[in-house]
Amino acid sequence: MTTWVFSEEIEGHASASALELLSKARTIGEATVFHIGSGSEVAIAELGAHGAARVFHMPTDAHLPSAAAAAALATLVGEHGVDLILFGMNNTDRDVGGRLSARLGRPVLGNAVDVSTGPPVSVTSEILGGTEAVVSDFTGDTPAIVFVRSKAFAAEPTEGGSPEVVAVAMPDVGRSGAAVVVETHVEASEGPDLEAAAVVVAGGRGVGGEEKWSEIEDLAAQLDAAIGATRAVVDAGWVPARLQVGQTGKTVKPGVYIAAGVSGAMQHLVGMKDSGTIIAVNKDVEAPIFAVADLGIVGDLHSVLPKLTAALEDK
Amino acid sequence: MRIAVCVKQIPDPATPYELSPDTHRVVRPNDQVLDDTDRFGVEVGLQLADASEGSVTLVSMSPSGSLQGIRQALAMGADKAVIVDDASLAGSDALTTSRILAATIEREGFDLVIAGTESTDGYTGVVPQQIAEILDVPSLTFARKVEAADGVVRIEQQTAGGYDVVEAPLPALLSVTSGVVEPRYPTFKGIMQAKKKPIDTLTAEDLGFSSDQVGEAGAGQTITSVSSIPAREAGEIVEDDGEGYLRIVALLEQAKVI
Repeated sequence: MTTWVFSEEIEGHASASALELLSKARTIGEATVFHIGSGSEVAIAELGAHGAARVFHMPTDAHLPSAAAAAALATLVGEHGVDLILFGMNNTDRDVGGRLSARLGRPVLGNAVDVSTGPPVSVTSEILGGTEAVVSDFTGDTPAIVFVRSKAFAAEPTEGGSPEVVAVAMPDVGRSGAAVVVETHVEASEGPDLEAAAVVVAGGRGVGGEEKWSEIEDLAAQLDAAIGATRAVVDAGWVPARLQVGQTGKTVKPGVYIAAGVSGAMQHLVGMKDSGTIIAVNKDVEAPIFAVADLGIVGDLHSVLPKLTAALEDK
Repeated sequence: MRIAVCVKQIPDPATPYELSPDTHRVVRPNDQVLDDTDRFGVEVGLQLADASEGSVTLVSMSPSGSLQGIRQALAMGADKAVIVDDASLAGSDALTTSRILAATIEREGFDLVIAGTESTDGYTGVVPQQIAEILDVPSLTFARKVEAADGVVRIEQQTAGGYDVVEAPLPALLSVTSGVVEPRYPTFKGIMQAKKKPIDTLTAEDLGFSSDQVGEAGAGQTITSVSSIPAREAGEIVEDDGEGYLRIVALLEQAKVI
């Protein structure tokens, strides 16, 4: 079984999803990576340390790389006979993997939480907000293309050495490749990393407004917690998209997750339901978040949160 | 500018979804609603069409039912709709859906295709990218802001660390997030006009697909089992009496985070 993993370089590092997927891929057989970006030594070393025997590296320029990356990957797959290609569910992974699927005429399975190699390759996905587990088999020609949810597999370094690096030129794909990145903006981030934090304090629409978001920040600061948000809050522009927890955002599994003013839509629950202890504060006793909470306080978060923050300050 | 907006009718998310025990597929009632995330794509399309004296055509593959969801989007102001509805399409996978939508868009003619980033009910999340590849156009995805002028479309694209400004010449495809614009509510006049707007219905065969290329027969995957994931054990729900925060403090101590 030949398994390939997609990796995108982000700020000099291999994507977190690539390291998780490699940790799985190396248990199946020899793992190969298709990596796009500058190809920093750090990123290549991280891929090697997580089990990549070989890295095909496609450097990128100012063009949006998805169409060219899909074309390059399609060519390599044809040359090397690949059975399974694992992608994360990051935006770039979806851009490249989606295009690859159409280019090769091969189906995809998404939202995977487990993959078994069969044959046939079989994928467990969670649907309907993580309430139902569906097992699907691929029935057509290989490669099987799978998009795996973050944290489905733990990233664990192994004793792997330096991988063999093979340079791949960015192919000319004509008008599909005509999009150009004209500006890049990095938004400042403070505090612990949302996906790795031991404690997360998340706010939803119930916080009531951007001017009241400081109540979430103050509590998070006392607990040395990362801040999370629902899609509604991100869409309202109160916080940047990288703080979004849920289906289209991050998947988190902290020891403690505090949800304030979060109703608990399916799309949010899917990103946090596997947290250790869940504490919810919401004035609506019918809010679905209470169904997954270990402790639910039915009340006004503008009263509960400041009191909680003050009590923690005194400790 | 000729704008095609991909839309989907889904069972009302406020009602519990049911899976058919035979097909393992979501049971679709006659009355389905417009996927809320599609309202943003429709709004972007309407704004760009207004600015360019263009047109907005809705494109959808789904059992038509009462067409309630499609009429919601027409009532916002879209000019017409083309629905691909055919019993042979049941059980289609994401790639077949993309092939059908792309063929429909090509048949209608387009300068710009707009889609949401993923549907609320199925959320595979790669249909826009597959459509772009089939149509051989650039895909400007995860847009949080959109502008178009002089044959060029420019977006702010969400990234892991912030956002990029990305632009491409038309023709192109956009996928839009729910933060991109404030969708309008249909007016009474819009709702009345929607009843008279053209809704064309096509079959897979009209688009050149045979029945073994689509639906369950054409899907490269099959569901072998479905099982419920055990729910978390219910916790304690207490009414705040002014001292509810003390319960949280106690639990945080128990969890050893303070």
